[in-house]
Amino acid sequence: MNARRVAVLGGNRIPFARSNSAYANVSNHDMLTAALAGLVERFALDGELLGEVVAGAVLKHPRDRDLTREAVLSTRLAPQTPAYDIQQACGTGLEAVILVANKIALGQIDVGIAGGVDTTSDAPLALNESLRKLLLEANRTPGTLGRLRLLGRLRPGQIVPEIPRNAEPRTGLSMGEHCAVMASEWGVTRADQDELAARSHQRMADAYERGFFDDLVTPFEGLDRDQNMRADSTPEKLAKLRPVFGGEQGTMTAGNSTPLSDGASAVLLASEEWARERGLPVLAYFSHAQTAAVDHVGNGNGKREGLLMAPAYAMPKMLDRAGLSLDEFDFYEIHEAFAAQVLCTLRAWEDPVFCRERLARDEPLGPIDRERLNVNGGSLAAGHPFAATGGRIVATLAKALHERGSATSPARGVVSVCAAAGQGVVAVMESAGA
Amino acid sequence: MSDRYAQLVRSRPGGMLARRVGLPRPEALERYRAGDPVIRGRVLLGDAPGGELLEALVGALGAARCELATGLDASSPDGDRVRGVVAAAGLDATVFNPEAGGEQRFKGLVFDATGIADSTELVALHAFFHGSVRRVERSGRVIVLGRTQADCESVRQRTAQRALEGFTRSLGKEIGKGATVQLVLVAKGAQQAMDSTLRFLLSPRSAYVSGQVIELSSPATIADDLDGLDWERPLDGRTALVTGASRGIGEAIATALAREGAHVVGLDVPALADELCAVSKRLDGEALELDITAADTPALLAERFAGGLDVVVHNAGVTRDRTLAKMPTERWSELIDINLSSQERVDDALLEAGAIKAGGRIVCVSSMSAVAGNAGQTNYATSKAGVIGRALALAPVLAERGATINAVAPGFIETQMTAAMPIPIREAGRRMSSLSQGGLPIDVAEAIAWFAHPASGAVNGNVVRVCGQNLLGA
Repeated sequence: MNARRVAVLGGNRIPFARSNSAYANVSNHDMLTAALAGLVERFALDGELLGEVVAGAVLKHPRDRDLTREAVLSTRLAPQTPAYDIQQACGTGLEAVILVANKIALGQIDVGIAGGVDTTSDAPLALNESLRKLLLEANRTPGTLGRLRLLGRLRPGQIVPEIPRNAEPRTGLSMGEHCAVMASEWGVTRADQDELAARSHQRMADAYERGFFDDLVTPFEGLDRDQNMRADSTPEKLAKLRPVFGGEQGTMTAGNSTPLSDGASAVLLASEEWARERGLPVLAYFSHAQTAAVDHVGNGNGKREGLLMAPAYAMPKMLDRAGLSLDEFDFYEIHEAFAAQVLCTLRAWEDPVFCRERLARDEPLGPIDRERLNVNGGSLAAGHPFAATGGRIVATLAKALHERGSATSPARGVVSVCAAAGQGVVAVMESAGA
Repeated sequence: MSDRYAQLVRSRPGGMLARRVGLPRPEALERYRAGDPVIRGRVLLGDAPGGELLEALVGALGAARCELATGLDASSPDGDRVRGVVAAAGLDATVFNPEAGGEQRFKGLVFDATGIADSTELVALHAFFHGSVRRVERSGRVIVLGRTQADCESVRQRTAQRALEGFTRSLGKEIGKGATVQLVLVAKGAQQAMDSTLRFLLSPRSAYVSGQVIELSSPATIADDLDGLDWERPLDGRTALVTGASRGIGEAIATALAREGAHVVGLDVPALADELCAVSKRLDGEALELDITAADTPALLAERFAGGLDVVVHNAGVTRDRTLAKMPTERWSELIDINLSSQERVDDALLEAGAIKAGGRIVCVSSMSAVAGNAGQTNYATSKAGVIGRALALAPVLAERGATINAVAPGFIETQMTAAMPIPIREAGRRMSSLSQGGLPIDVAEAIAWFAHPASGAVNGNVVRVCGQNLLGA
């Protein structure tokens, strides 16, 4: 069975908003619907029956069972379009793309949408655990008297809800604290982080100015650009911020870490035949992908690894399979969860010890040309609604590849996304000329 | 014998008071316990460009299972060179960038300075230690490696290499926290024989050794049987003679050598037979009740050890203090005979009889007084300086047999002898050192165990002080 090439035809997202701001009163359902609706409009998918739609959210209300399917029903896609939810922390969006792409490659479907959405404003609050247990017990208890007796055990403290925490269950450390450990272990300086952050803002602002995002972003709730983006950001301004992770000696600030954000994104993927039949140009092909996980807890036989280092492991596996080396890309789209995460990953690939000890390779993967890194800005500028980031990156890279590549000189790009719980997802995309 | 002052300032109120008033605050030194790793904590490794020891150093540290870290200087290709060597050795190493902040701490700093061939290149010391020295943990270890003067190839190289001594001695005085600083000069060809010395200097075994300069000569032979060496019991199957073994430092030496696996034969005067027998019994060794100065003792020992002796520790010694003007002849002669002449006679007899095995180790206990001089101790310092002379003179002779001789010069060691001192002198003795405290008999014994180690063939003709870098005679 020969795998088919998977074409990326385009994408759509709503501008990303800072937490408790422009999208404070909209839900995941609203945002995902808006992202899908924009894509439907852009590609004239009214009434189309798609193979499937796959999306997810990291912070999800219990009531949002089948969030994606419900969002599909709120659009003008054919209501017979199947859908399902996935969740792999910040890898959700890219993993959704991989799932849809694989079904297209296998011929199981011809076209699909992958996406993601997250809100930190409309976050789910759970019942206090002891109250929940009490109520469940009351539910099981027969007779009004027995139930009343149980309710007599209610205490004021049980009213306090359980608030979702941005902490790793097995370490108790937040993602930022984990990344601060990595930054220290890899000797990443504050200056390097601030420079990367400033460049992310400047490049994304430039991309907006030249209209790059005109057919990638649909205005929503009064926003037409990513709310977090600061066109006038400079390393000097960022240098004034206080460290927020890693203690007083820390190097990580609110400026070189992504803020909590709200937003949604969607990407349209199809077989070449499907695109040709509809006369839709192929922006890029989605050709390789790899997911990896590390032991960030230290329970295994090996050494404990940094929480966000999994992409460093996923990349060489994928490159080996693709027969590519790290310097053979025109674009590097590395998700900027924290500037330090990007810098640690790049340093690891250059490091002979890491590459020998942890990756079992005789030679380092080597350095990359920093001028090719996140050329249209990254998560530090755009913000990072967890599950929406993968879709943003894939659509952005597809367009950049389409602009750069030609029949005689195809362009190639690579995506790297780190995720909570010690996971990472990477992928290769190539321009249509390839 | 207990150091009440140290106990006081290690308490919370005592420590606060001492800090306010500016009194010395001696650190509780970590000491070796059986089964301990070589060093408990990360070792930061660096070198000056052109260094020649890196591969051997990485090999030795790797074999000692040290957790490594290396500096990362993105602006110079050298940071990557060190990591390349570490990677080639199949070892792991974290990255250290002093400019990155963070909480990184190191138990050891090891710097190969052999590449420094000109005074202008000494700045490499500053580059490596400036950002790392305040990250050294308590009872940390700093080792700088240089070239022996004889192996320097130019006047400028000799100058720069000699300059290292001023650096390590000064750093030893300012580093604090119970940390120690040493300079190890490595002769060409000796880089494969650094293991035992690096392990000793990195480990808590060298708790009271600081500010020392140790020379590693190219050993005639690197013993072939080192491959299967059990580093927990390196003296297994070997016999050691320890004189003055019934108490104090001698007892500690016997105990340490037995711990290292040696069959220990303790020797002491018949008057101390009870104590000697108790020590020998405890160590499952033997006791020889002999007067070391007796005329027939050398011959008796040569006969007793005709089957071969691996380690001789000349520890027996006495003090007969008196200013020279008031010192009668017998007070002089008796002491010189016990402390120095008897050693000469015994060694001559053993060597003539061929009792010292190839790879044998002779260790003499000298004294800080021999280096610094001490009022009232002309006789004692003369004998102990003579002991140093013996070590220096015999070293080339023994090297031919694959054997070594070294001297250890204890500083203020907490013993019955020091306990009997008047309080002001005792306190001065304790505090006038970089570590601000007295040493323990085990500290001297650990240094001797290092000299006696089968892998210490490159350590020959050294005089190492176990004095906490005492200010006297430094």
